[in-house]
Amino acid sequence: MSGHPDGTLRRALSALRHDPPAVAGTAVLLLLLVVGVAGRWLAPDGVNDVDVDGILRPPSLDHLFGTDELGRDVLSRVLVAARVSLEVGLVSVGIALLVGVTVGLLAGWYRGWVDNVLMRGMDVLFAFPVLLLAVAIVAVLGPGLLTAMVAIGVVYTPIFARVTRAGVLSVREQVFVRAAVSIGASDARIIRRHVLPNIAAPLIVQTSLSLAFAILSEAALSFLGLGIQPPDPAWGRMLYDGRGFVTEAWWLGVFPGAAIFLTVLAFNLVGDALRDVLDPRQLTVGEARRSRR
Amino acid sequence: MTRFVLRRLLQSVVVLLGVTLVVFLLLQLVPGDPVRVALGTRFDQQTYDALRERSGLDQPLVAQYASYVGHALTGDLGVSFRSGQPVTTIVLERLPATLSLAVTAVLLALLVAFPLGVLSAVRSGSALDHAARVFSQFGVSVPDFWMGIMGILLFAGVLGWLPPSGYVALTEDPAGWASHVLLPAGAVGLVTASILTRFIRSSVLEVLSEDYVRTAEAKGLRSRIVVVRHVLRNALIPVVTVVAVQLASLIGGVIVIEVLFAWPGVGRLTYDAVQARDYPVLQGAVLFVAALFLLMNLLVDVLYARLDPRIGVR
Amino acid sequence: MRERTDRPTRPGRAGATDRHEPAGPDIAEPVLAIEDLTVTIGTRRGPARAVAGVDWSVRAGQTLALVGESGSGKSLTVLAATGLAPRTARVTGRVRLLGEELTALPEPRRRRLRGRHVGFVFQDPMTSLNPVLTVGRQVTEACEEHLGMTRRQARERAVELLDLVGIPSPRQRVDAYPHQFSGGMRQRVVIAMALSCEPDLLIADEPTTALDVTTQAQIVELIADLRRRLGTAVVWITHDLGVVAGVADTVAVMYGGRIVEQGPVDAVFDAPSHPYTRALLAARPGPGVRDGDLPAIQGSPPSPLDLPAGCAFWPRCPVRGDARCEHELPPLVPVAPGHRVRTFYPLSEDA
Repeated sequence: MSGHPDGTLRRALSALRHDPPAVAGTAVLLLLLVVGVAGRWLAPDGVNDVDVDGILRPPSLDHLFGTDELGRDVLSRVLVAARVSLEVGLVSVGIALLVGVTVGLLAGWYRGWVDNVLMRGMDVLFAFPVLLLAVAIVAVLGPGLLTAMVAIGVVYTPIFARVTRAGVLSVREQVFVRAAVSIGASDARIIRRHVLPNIAAPLIVQTSLSLAFAILSEAALSFLGLGIQPPDPAWGRMLYDGRGFVTEAWWLGVFPGAAIFLTVLAFNLVGDALRDVLDPRQLTVGEARRSRR
Repeated sequence: MTRFVLRRLLQSVVVLLGVTLVVFLLLQLVPGDPVRVALGTRFDQQTYDALRERSGLDQPLVAQYASYVGHALTGDLGVSFRSGQPVTTIVLERLPATLSLAVTAVLLALLVAFPLGVLSAVRSGSALDHAARVFSQFGVSVPDFWMGIMGILLFAGVLGWLPPSGYVALTEDPAGWASHVLLPAGAVGLVTASILTRFIRSSVLEVLSEDYVRTAEAKGLRSRIVVVRHVLRNALIPVVTVVAVQLASLIGGVIVIEVLFAWPGVGRLTYDAVQARDYPVLQGAVLFVAALFLLMNLLVDVLYARLDPRIGVR
Repeated sequence: MRERTDRPTRPGRAGATDRHEPAGPDIAEPVLAIEDLTVTIGTRRGPARAVAGVDWSVRAGQTLALVGESGSGKSLTVLAATGLAPRTARVTGRVRLLGEELTALPEPRRRRLRGRHVGFVFQDPMTSLNPVLTVGRQVTEACEEHLGMTRRQARERAVELLDLVGIPSPRQRVDAYPHQFSGGMRQRVVIAMALSCEPDLLIADEPTTALDVTTQAQIVELIADLRRRLGTAVVWITHDLGVVAGVADTVAVMYGGRIVEQGPVDAVFDAPSHPYTRALLAARPGPGVRDGDLPAIQGSPPSPLDLPAGCAFWPRCPVRGDARCEHELPPLVPVAPGHRVRTFYPLSEDA
């Protein structure tokens, strides 16, 4: 009677095959995955190899994306930095998913004061503009890869908690859940067998869209010098370092930014396609409020 | 209506209290002694003691929080670790720059998003609709600071029409302000425009499928009247709220753009405070923005209730 | 597959159907006449032929009932004829409103004719009124558009109309919003709105389905009474044969996008000749029949995406003549003056 998560996922994947933007998005994501895993070996040069004679060289056969203000190969740095973006995106959304779903389940299942306390807490986190809160958290914890992940994870937790709670509230009133309760099934079992499969669809959609926003947030944090620290390359940081030279060396601005854009676009395309298949609601006010900043 | 407003007001106060707690706890998260960290190499015992006392850090945690909230209520958000100036003064000084940028960005965004969103819904499936959807997908996925850099590249570099960065106060030199605000506001506005286009389109589409729109068409009204009187009045009620919330989040969310364009607003202030480990200023800026954000949301809900005659009676 | 050889006989001449005073001298021209109307809707799964080859007409002061299950194409016929079909629909055939060929007209002209001469009452009064406009404004905005009334004149007219449809203290209620009215009162508002330009034709699309039983009777009575007083032609779309018997002069039964039986209401009710009509009449609740005892028709109506080659009712038909029914579309043939049936095996009265 209840949808099985495998079924949900399979339905989603088969539908994606027939949606050209989603196919393109998936292709970009697969490419990114390869680059993320094998970037170091794909890169023609080391990320910190300096070509002293070749500072700010325009794109050429030697350096397809040109060289930066220190003479480093931009292509190599863009390729290697893919890993950072993906890692931060996946880990931070993983944190948000785990914490958010737990909070949402507890709030929706037990209701009462548990619901009140937890969801008011989520409201509080919701009251901050996304990037501002992430910046504040990183600022106090100290900049770095790990703190960036934690900060972005915290920022995107409330949306998962809300989506989960709403799903739980509607599922728990349905006949099969009330039947399970009446025959004395344990809470954990009911949640695992009946509730989670039924809220899988909105969670999958939210995860895909959150990955896009998380990667944007990571880029913004690293632009501000609050992400992974030099000399490791990050797309946002490359834009920050190149911003002063951009009028003479356009390639410093174009390539890292295009990498961010394509990554985010790919996640958004897949997320939108998933939404159309799994969760075909209209864009709600709450989502639009939260959809980006 | 009054009850609705009172209930929302109460909710906002509770959330605001939670916000102050989060902001207060931020300082506790700083590894080690925040004052010592902030002073760094400029450490001297006298300044250290003075700052600790002024910040109330020598008291127990609960007392510290109580006094933080108490002072915040009177508009006292502490003093800067760096300049010793009151944080409230510093934040308020930066507000006009941010406001002028955020408002310009939202206006630019509306200029594009309103006609685009409405037309793409009314002519859904047309070439224009497809273009609008490509545009909004582009805007939602593009980092605004990258658009800023591309804007600098094109309009400051190649064309030389606009200054690459900098700020002139609107009150001092409107023309100079305008030439400086166009690039950052355009970059931010592009992203906002795509969010709003998407939302306006979906809101108008939803109303277009309502029975009362068919009723209006059945009356033989001109399609312009149907759209303006019957569709937009209903579709724009939620849009108003989204516009207001976008504006509110821009006030706190243009950090990166302000850094890129050397725009001396609240975002730039936050960034500088982070760099200088000037925690009271960071806390003050965050609290100020979050409070503003809450206030805007509250106003929006009240406005919503006024615009929609159904809500008032509930 | 066109059966326009047998044109509908004018119901006005059938004598028995003309139970009400005619609205004036016997005008030869019907208020609305549609011929060979076909509607194809583009869907993701291909074109769906939702209405095919439908002919009927309605004259001043008369009521035509369009009867069928949901999805039979009865509402779409009327919406398509008046230019209100969804944008994905392709409409062919001829539609004459007061003698003007609508399909040949440019949209603005058709729109004006529709607004000026046709009033619509839709199914659900909870959703067919705009929540953010006062009822007065909604009732008479068509008068401003088509009769050139000023806002003030329109307001006076709105008060008059609300009074006409039986809304108490109309002068106060005219400035209220729809959510301040009950369902039945809202439907009265919708009726007032439909009548605001003194239309020649009133389209009532299941006007009582969303209402409770007592209110249903009041609304039926109200429309019938207004029709008598104003001499308006009425097209009444419904699945409720009980209502048809009370208000209609002629009836057209639709199934799978086609008319399967049409004629004077007495003839169709006394001698239903199509198995579907007979099944519908048998399923009608009446005195002494409890809800649970109604013989339901087995199976479900065909999807317009996937229509059978022959008679659309064949899969559910209790008669099931022969292979011809399955493979060949029966023509609409007369069984009595003005009474036509689309079946190879018309039922005789005592079948």
